[in-house]
Amino acid sequence: MVVDALFWLLALTAVASGFAVFRVSSMARATFALAVSFVAVGAVMLLLDLDYLGLITVLMMVMEMSIMAVFMIMYMMNPGGLMPMSMYHNKAGAMTVAVGSFVVLAAGALLVPWPEREGVAPADITLQLGEGIMGSKMLVMLTISPVLFATIVGSLVLAAPRGRYDRFGDDLDQPASDPVPGGLGR
Amino acid sequence: MSLELLLVLASALFCIGIYGALSQQSIVMVMMGLELMLNGVLVAGAAFWAYVSPSRPDGQVLVLVVITAMTVEMAMGFAVVTAIFRARDADLTDQAADLSG
Repeated sequence: MVVDALFWLLALTAVASGFAVFRVSSMARATFALAVSFVAVGAVMLLLDLDYLGLITVLMMVMEMSIMAVFMIMYMMNPGGLMPMSMYHNKAGAMTVAVGSFVVLAAGALLVPWPEREGVAPADITLQLGEGIMGSKMLVMLTISPVLFATIVGSLVLAAPRGRYDRFGDDLDQPASDPVPGGLGR
Repeated sequence: MSLELLLVLASALFCIGIYGALSQQSIVMVMMGLELMLNGVLVAGAAFWAYVSPSRPDGQVLVLVVITAMTVEMAMGFAVVTAIFRARDADLTDQAADLSG
């Protein structure tokens, strides 16, 4: 079966490139390995007929990883991967925890008697999702929107070098002594 | 392709993510481990939708929530890295161990 062969190919790609993230010698390469893993997972979703979710996973994660690559290069000491990179702590312990939890999870996946499939997929799967989030699952969307807005505000506050109160304290009317002059009336 | 195989794939991705999140010293690499863990959850959510209840949108909505969680994690993670790097030039988890008990 073509679908089975494709599934195995994509699954092995996803796992192998996922592992490569922590094995390659540069963070920029690690970012692109993670992007490959996400694209493979998005393609697995396409195999499950989840056209919309598979596509937005691929598109979003490729964009996200491109942005991440910029941050990686900003924060790493060795962007080009010219020297082997080894930045681990407690490698043996981490490997033990990871292998142990994989054994438990995989045993659960294989041994639990999962329920039989209930009902059939509708003709338009994307329509099902759209009607879900605008109908019976609207609370999910109502929660996601303020969370995303809070993320915008929170990340700006955290990442800004200084705010207006760092400059003046509570008295915002004093003359400004900005390193670079600018702004209204200054 | 079956539910069991997809769940094994999900567990493999999740556990590689655990390994990365626990073993990496760089804060951004820890975030990549967390992303990989959520990647596994994406596969599991899609698999449960397709093989357990395709007639209801629950699985698809869960996948959507996980994708949102990944975005939020990335944005807040980089904001925290920027803040902590600005405050004390730290980009390794071992330099930010103030709360370690």
